[in-house]
Amino acid sequence: MAMLEIRNLHASVGGNEILKGVDLTVGPGEVHAIMGPNGSGKSTLAHVLAGRPGYEVTRGTVLYRGRDLLAMKPEERAREGVFLAFQYPVEIPGVSNVYFLKNALNAIRKHRGLPELDAMDFLQLTREKARLVQIDEDLVKRPVNEGFSGGEKKRNEIFQMAVLEPTLAILDETDSGLDIDALRIVAAGVNALRAADRSMLVVTHYQRLLNYIVPDFLHVLVDGQIARSGGKELAVELEEKGYAWLEKEPAASPARA
Amino acid sequence: MTVEAVAQERVFVPALEAVDRARLRGEPEWLAVRRLEARDRFAKLGFPTAKLEEWRTTNVAPILSTPWLPETGATHAVRAAAGGPGVRVLSLAEALHEEPEILEKTLGRIANDENSAFAALNLALAEDVVCVLVAPGAAVEAPIEIVFHGPAKDELAVLSPRCLIVAGGRSEATVVERHTGTGAYFRNAVTEIVLGESAVLRHYKLQRESLEAFHLQSIAVSQARASHFRSVLAAFGGALARTDIRVDLEGEGSECTLDGLFVGAGSQHLDTHTTIAHVAPHTTSREVYKGVLDGRARGVFHGRIVVRPGAQKTDAMQTNKNLLLSRDALVDSTPALEIFADDVKCKHGSTIGQLDAAALFYLRSRGIGEREARALLTRAFAADVAGRIALPALRAEIEETLDRSLSDAAREGTA
Repeated sequence: MAMLEIRNLHASVGGNEILKGVDLTVGPGEVHAIMGPNGSGKSTLAHVLAGRPGYEVTRGTVLYRGRDLLAMKPEERAREGVFLAFQYPVEIPGVSNVYFLKNALNAIRKHRGLPELDAMDFLQLTREKARLVQIDEDLVKRPVNEGFSGGEKKRNEIFQMAVLEPTLAILDETDSGLDIDALRIVAAGVNALRAADRSMLVVTHYQRLLNYIVPDFLHVLVDGQIARSGGKELAVELEEKGYAWLEKEPAASPARA
Repeated sequence: MTVEAVAQERVFVPALEAVDRARLRGEPEWLAVRRLEARDRFAKLGFPTAKLEEWRTTNVAPILSTPWLPETGATHAVRAAAGGPGVRVLSLAEALHEEPEILEKTLGRIANDENSAFAALNLALAEDVVCVLVAPGAAVEAPIEIVFHGPAKDELAVLSPRCLIVAGGRSEATVVERHTGTGAYFRNAVTEIVLGESAVLRHYKLQRESLEAFHLQSIAVSQARASHFRSVLAAFGGALARTDIRVDLEGEGSECTLDGLFVGAGSQHLDTHTTIAHVAPHTTSREVYKGVLDGRARGVFHGRIVVRPGAQKTDAMQTNKNLLLSRDALVDSTPALEIFADDVKCKHGSTIGQLDAAALFYLRSRGIGEREARALLTRAFAADVAGRIALPALRAEIEETLDRSLSDAAREGTA
């Protein structure tokens, strides 16, 4: 069974149709990259998959491990193993990272019929995962993202991903705003989390990230549709030619990975 | 005669008539005179109407339409626990015996607003006064706890609890005042607080009245030179509840911090009026009040800062932030600065908003249910005020009460 099957997905934000028939299949353990120019619908796709209110699906279906993803509330998707690393992580003053994450993890564990982790076990888990993504333990204790630098926020997203251990991780422009050192650290964290039973959808504007997170498949989203799909070599082509040549072509046949 | 006046006559006049020389026998002359004056003042002022600017936001007419038992000035089940050596918690009779001079100087003289009908009513009716006397120089570590319960039986009682807190020079103490009860009653409370030179006093008021109860309290504070007053008010209860806090920074270099949280749901009405008077130079005030309102609740924050002539180098900062959790909730936020000195720093700000949709989605996208996510963000909104309380157990209690009062309201809303 595919991890994710998107069929003819149309979605609107504020009455504007952004996604105009996206087709995409992601198998277990696969890493798919989605590239595309600004405004092509990459972030919209990521948010629709995570269930953001205000993103209205007008047509099409999304099956996640054979189940109707679109019928689930955002929290249900998370408990079923979907994780979105935000392009712009939200600052939440007054809520500590650890407290937030412990609540999240225990909600997920409860949903899966696992016992809740106590404070000691949770602390040990966060220490181990903090090392994995090289995040300062002080940041872990601070209010969620408050006063974090851009790089710290992105690292915190990957840290949360490491703790929550999703089966489908969607990374929305995790590379944007990162310098090369931060990018290496974030990518190393992501690569450490690659697993046979975990799929990833890596949304990015720049080919650079794909030097560090090497995808199995690459899709180019143009004007709300997947204009081209291929292997990682497609990234090199995009690097040389940009997106313009795809925009001028007539709509390509729906891509299948 | 209006309906209100008839009700007033039926309920409060007989009670006030009972306040006569005979009943006051045994009290010193000065106190009897103050009580009789208070009785007459209330009779003259009557219940305030919405026409009065001070009462524009809170309609007390529902208090008058309840058939209260026209007896009682009993404070009802006060429990006071002394905080350790250096502090005495006394009844009025004991305090009059042990410290007649302190009482004569302070009782009824701090809450001295001639226009406050309710403070007058309390002074006339209060049978007892919880007197907390902190010795000069004493550092009292354990908090002094005062609990005002509701009526013991299910009776429509008028309660007139009164406190007098006198912190001697260079003393340090913490007083926790709780107001709680079940059923319908009208609590009309007054607390008078005096800080001597360089005294530090923390005053925490936790108001968790029954949702059928009416609660009014005047807290009046007088501060001598270099004293610090830190107040946290957490108001959750009552059909109608209002707290008036007045602080007079009379001594040079004195400082007050007034923080508060009011949380209302259902059809509750919660009002806080504060007045900080900078009387002396180099006085500082800091004020952060937060309102959380759900259902059809209404909140009022009225924060007045007065800088008197000569109070140069005054430094005042006031913030009021409000969180509305439903479309029908309402808040009325009015800052008022009256500045009569020219070398001062005064800042105020007020906001009204809803829960941040982006933060809500962020939490839900991590598996936290919508209701828990809302509760978490609401708690976070209130966290800095709760964080001002130096007693961890009380802080936790306030956070729990916040969670519970809003989830109760959510249930009420879905029922």
